[in-house]
Amino acid sequence: MRHRWISVLICAAVSAAATTACGTGGASQTADGKTELTIATFNEFGYEELFKEYEAAHPDVKITQRKTGQGQPHHQNLFTKLGAGSGLADIEGVEEGYLSQFMSKAGQFNDLKEIGPKVEDDRWLKWKTEAVTTKDGKVMGYGTDIGPLAMCYRKDLFEKAGLPSDPEGVKALFATWDSYFAAGDQFIAKAPGVAWFDSAAQVYNAMHNQLETGYYDKSDKLVVDTNAAIKANWTTVTAAVAKGQSARLGAFSNEWNTGFKLGKFATKTCPSWMLGVVESQAGPENKGLWAVTDAFPNGGGNWGGSYLTVPKQSKNAQKAAELAAWLTAPEQQVKAFKAKGTFPSQTKALDAPELLEQTNAYFGDVKAGALFATQAKKIKAAQYKGPADGQIQETVFSPALQSVEQGKNADEAWKTAVEGAQKAAK
Amino acid sequence: MTATLSKVDRGREQASLPRPPRRYRMSNLDAKVSPYLFVAPFFVLFIAIGLFPLLYTAYVSLFDWEIGDDDPLFIGFENYSTLFQDDQFWNALFNTFSIFLLSSAPQIVVAIVIAALLNANLRARTGWRMGVLLPYVASLVALTIIFGNLFGPQYGLVNDVLGLIGISPIDWQASTFGSHVAIASMVNWRWTGYNALIILAAMQAIPKDVYEAALVDGASALRRFFSITLPLLKPTLIFVVVTSTIGGLQIFTEPKLFEPSGGSGGGAEHQYQTVVLYLYQSAFQGFDLGYASAIAWVLFMVVIAVAGLNFFLTRRAVK
Repeated sequence: MRHRWISVLICAAVSAAATTACGTGGASQTADGKTELTIATFNEFGYEELFKEYEAAHPDVKITQRKTGQGQPHHQNLFTKLGAGSGLADIEGVEEGYLSQFMSKAGQFNDLKEIGPKVEDDRWLKWKTEAVTTKDGKVMGYGTDIGPLAMCYRKDLFEKAGLPSDPEGVKALFATWDSYFAAGDQFIAKAPGVAWFDSAAQVYNAMHNQLETGYYDKSDKLVVDTNAAIKANWTTVTAAVAKGQSARLGAFSNEWNTGFKLGKFATKTCPSWMLGVVESQAGPENKGLWAVTDAFPNGGGNWGGSYLTVPKQSKNAQKAAELAAWLTAPEQQVKAFKAKGTFPSQTKALDAPELLEQTNAYFGDVKAGALFATQAKKIKAAQYKGPADGQIQETVFSPALQSVEQGKNADEAWKTAVEGAQKAAK
Repeated sequence: MTATLSKVDRGREQASLPRPPRRYRMSNLDAKVSPYLFVAPFFVLFIAIGLFPLLYTAYVSLFDWEIGDDDPLFIGFENYSTLFQDDQFWNALFNTFSIFLLSSAPQIVVAIVIAALLNANLRARTGWRMGVLLPYVASLVALTIIFGNLFGPQYGLVNDVLGLIGISPIDWQASTFGSHVAIASMVNWRWTGYNALIILAAMQAIPKDVYEAALVDGASALRRFFSITLPLLKPTLIFVVVTSTIGGLQIFTEPKLFEPSGGSGGGAEHQYQTVVLYLYQSAFQGFDLGYASAIAWVLFMVVIAVAGLNFFLTRRAVK
């Protein structure tokens, strides 16, 4: 009998010890006295080899990477653990699409200007750093990569419709949004069964991000219903939908993939990373049919790219900031670009020969590196993003545009969108 | 020494003795406490991961609690009053019931018919019986993705087949009723066989002599089914109806994965957003935990009410 009681006690003690052992995760020292730095990333940042290099140069540091396959679960985890107050890595990757949400919680992250090493001011493209700078001048993240926008198009379909199809000739079509949609009218008149672009939201979001003021003004006031430029973009895009320019295929859906295979649309707004998506979805049977040119209506734009941030939860914030600063230096980002193709956000890296000489065989051996470097430099400024900006784009405006593609009246859909934005901003 | 005392003596002796011997005390305690210890794991786990979250959700629902808030604001029942005026919530509730009716009702009728067929003398009986369970074994996510493809509005197989028989294609994403049919078909595909097996088991428990007596009295097969089989299936039917009510009203995976671009809106205009999907969207896209908790509690009440109602209806209908 006694033995049983003792064993019960031992069990309880052991499990209690085990839970506390789990509870103190994120301990900052390893057994041999090294400082352990954790870094949480998603998709591919291309850092694996760089970690080894850094550890060799800093024998007192051990780096542990927590890698998540996709961006969405990574950020859900990030915001949940931010709420829980513990469990975050010393360095957390944050993607551009979640930036507005992240910036609204900037108080829970370190100002890298304050704790980080001295970093030259012009290391990054100006708009890249602007987007993570708070109103009072704090820098909340170091830029890693970007997704500068160019225009992808189907050469063969352009030829069939009697449009110019060489990379220089098409530039005039992609000069402004007006010329873009006018070319679309010409195209659909001569190419029945094929649309001009894949889906309304893909075009609208690029147009929207070029506006000087977006859904919010700089005092965080929602201006959806008063900013005339938003309504103008809406009217332009929905009019194009009404004329049949949209293939009505929601981005990244199965039907969208099928649309690529069957060649159901002739142009695609193309950030640098989209080339890989086009290649895998359109497949080898369409090789050489897609082309990309260094032109984008009304200048340039950006879609995607990330930052490294250091949460206040980190016990080794200073050392974490040092590592993050090192990783985001031009030399390292060029290596990451070579490893995984992440397009660097550093001005010096954009002039690196490795980048300028990179070509893409699927797109007819185009000098893709140089092309997107040109596009990156065309971007003028980062649009100010308010607290619910990402949510308004993802869960309000994109679905509203989709509903127009499904046959809803554009004016009614606009009302729904404005109401939805007001609800999301509450 | 004490071991030599007789039973009668013992009580008297105990009063004078300050404490009974150690061994006896321990075994007495063992007999009293051990049973509770043995059942404790269930109750401890239930309290920790069942009851506590339930009550804590009720607590959270009284606050304006955004994820990451350090000190959320207490707002009493305001989340609930907002919820009852929220069109999107009523729309989600309507969708949930519509999908539930389109799935559960035909499903149970078909399951009874399949069970009756399987109960007949068939060649390779076990093979047939395992066969109806196969959809249940398949991964829910894989199944939903395949159905999502079949019901693709532009390049889906279902529309191709409809085209062959002269029906114009249906936009399964845009039409409310169409999307509900598509989602209900996923539910039916997965659960009909499972329910058929449960009903089959109950059918086999019905004593043979009842049927024999009816046969002697000249009752037809149909009459035997309605007058013997169905009434004796009642307890099992109640179980099946109640579990499919609980499952059906909490439907989430199917509508979540039916959205082609992976959002949680349940269609461009929430055509097929269910209550749990709305809950998920509020909590993990809007990060409004208080509001999501309120949705969870209202859904909890609705499930209890509907399951109770179904319990009484089934008990009354099958007599």
